[in-house]
Amino acid sequence: MSTLLADAGVASSRALAESRRALRRRRRLSQAGVALLSVILIVWSIAPIYNMVLISLEPEGDVFTDHIWPRVPSVESFWGVLTQGHWYLEHFWHQFANSLFLGAMVTFFTLLFGSMTSFSIGRMRIRHGWVVSNAALLTYVIPASFLAIPFYRIMQNYGLANNPWSVIAALVAFATPYAIFVFQEYGRSIPIEVDESARIDGASPVQIYRRIYLPLMAPALVAVGTYALLLAWNEFLYQFLLLSTKSSMTVPVALAQFLNSDQSPWNYMMATAIIYALPPVAIYYAFRRRMTAGLTMGGVKG
Amino acid sequence: MNGASVAEVDRPGVRWHALSRSLRGGLKGAEYTWALAFVVPYLAVFVTFVAYPVVYGLWMGSEPSLYRELFTDPIYERTVVNTILYLALGVNVKMFLALLLSGFFMRPGWWTKVMLLIFVLPWAVPQISTFISIHWMLNGEWGFLNNALYQLFHIEGPYWLNDRWTALGAVIVSHIWKWTPFWTLILLAGRMAIPLEIRDSARVDGATGVRGFVHITFPLLANLYLICTLLSTIFLLGDFNAVYFVSGGGPANSTHVLATLGIRDAFDIAQPRLGVAAVMSALPLVIPLVIVLMRKLRTTEVQL
Repeated sequence: MSTLLADAGVASSRALAESRRALRRRRRLSQAGVALLSVILIVWSIAPIYNMVLISLEPEGDVFTDHIWPRVPSVESFWGVLTQGHWYLEHFWHQFANSLFLGAMVTFFTLLFGSMTSFSIGRMRIRHGWVVSNAALLTYVIPASFLAIPFYRIMQNYGLANNPWSVIAALVAFATPYAIFVFQEYGRSIPIEVDESARIDGASPVQIYRRIYLPLMAPALVAVGTYALLLAWNEFLYQFLLLSTKSSMTVPVALAQFLNSDQSPWNYMMATAIIYALPPVAIYYAFRRRMTAGLTMGGVKG
Repeated sequence: MNGASVAEVDRPGVRWHALSRSLRGGLKGAEYTWALAFVVPYLAVFVTFVAYPVVYGLWMGSEPSLYRELFTDPIYERTVVNTILYLALGVNVKMFLALLLSGFFMRPGWWTKVMLLIFVLPWAVPQISTFISIHWMLNGEWGFLNNALYQLFHIEGPYWLNDRWTALGAVIVSHIWKWTPFWTLILLAGRMAIPLEIRDSARVDGATGVRGFVHITFPLLANLYLICTLLSTIFLLGDFNAVYFVSGGGPANSTHVLATLGIRDAFDIAQPRLGVAAVMSALPLVIPLVIVLMRKLRTTEVQL
């Protein structure tokens, strides 16, 4: 009896050890898989960015080489960009200011129009609000680049070519629908009774909008603001078509001008590209959580 | 809280709302004016900068002779093939990768968080910067890719952008590189929204690994995945930057897609009507997509 039990015990402990070993083996295998995948993902994600840094660190004239590490790293090209020290960079700060102005205005008007519209539809429950929602939805699913040619024609007819406001108008028109979705979705978490009681206390719609709605919507405003700024910063086509003079040009247009020329100063171009990339990357990482929440709240919500 | 109690809590609120509205007589007088005033700015923007260009574009591209001219153009033929390949590969490979990677990023632990921060870099860095970098990276003589291939493996890389198929491949890979992080984040959020109890009880019932994915996770994600795929199809169809910066439509106009061909026709050879016609020839694909998407996005909005 007792030997039988002991046998069973030995067998079960052996089985246990076996399964523990199998478990350990599996864990090690999955750790190796994670490590491999991580290496692939890092190389994949970083390569073009590394290339950007590598070339920007080359001293001028050394771009046409075959090494894959910066041999003599030099910040000369960054210095060149910041001091506008190359003929191609003559107007860098002016272009950068243009980009900033464009981004700021697009962000401001997207937030303003988006919040006003969703306040009217979602809080005041205006009649036929669904018409506006559908217009926004339709805009969201029309590719902006498909409207570039007629838009360009119309702006020319109005004499608005080379006027930054033409681009701002286009980008606001394409960014606001997303703002409306996110605000509507977020606004649902704020009880309508808040507005009702303010109204009973005699607050006007404008007061409710400014003192109650906007402060309560702050997180959504941050998410959408980040989105609109990044949209303006990423946009190229409308800026390229509508802003072609030296005084109205933005950084991406200036960068693209030299893409296919034989004398492209690549180290300066890459330094410019990096400097141009810094603000959105900083903003993205600062507001990452808010923005991801916004992304899943509006636009693509399943 | 269960559904019934929510309904019970809700009903008096709804009744109160209807009552207060009937007392006020709906939105009337000054309130209605204000409500209207709040919508007017956006409506004005919509009519002037979206609806009007749409109508103007339809008018510009309304002549049948334009399409006759377009369809006899060999560049257009190639462009259509490119667009289809770009859509089929770009959308599906990207979405499938995003689906798999969103599973990887569900793993607990600090390492996954660090990896996610690195992984979203392609999306966080502006398109123009990265696509210009990729363009130079693929330069046959001095590009980083061929340098790396030679120094690490002693392989002489091809002139990537001088051949139609490698150039188109480069564009597609660039697009996948740029946008996989975005869709991964969306699908990751979708996975996070699956209640823990469902995952736990599925695990208890033996649905782990591949089986758990096929029978539990994917059916729950399917609707989101479908919407994402449709949206990404529309976005990709309108994508200008990847083609323009990575291959520039070259060599010899062989890697254009409809969006870039339209701009090229309108501005490089000064035939804006032909450009509009090129873009409009995508309408048979765009219109059904828009209808399905609008219906999908609206119903999910109502459900929530």
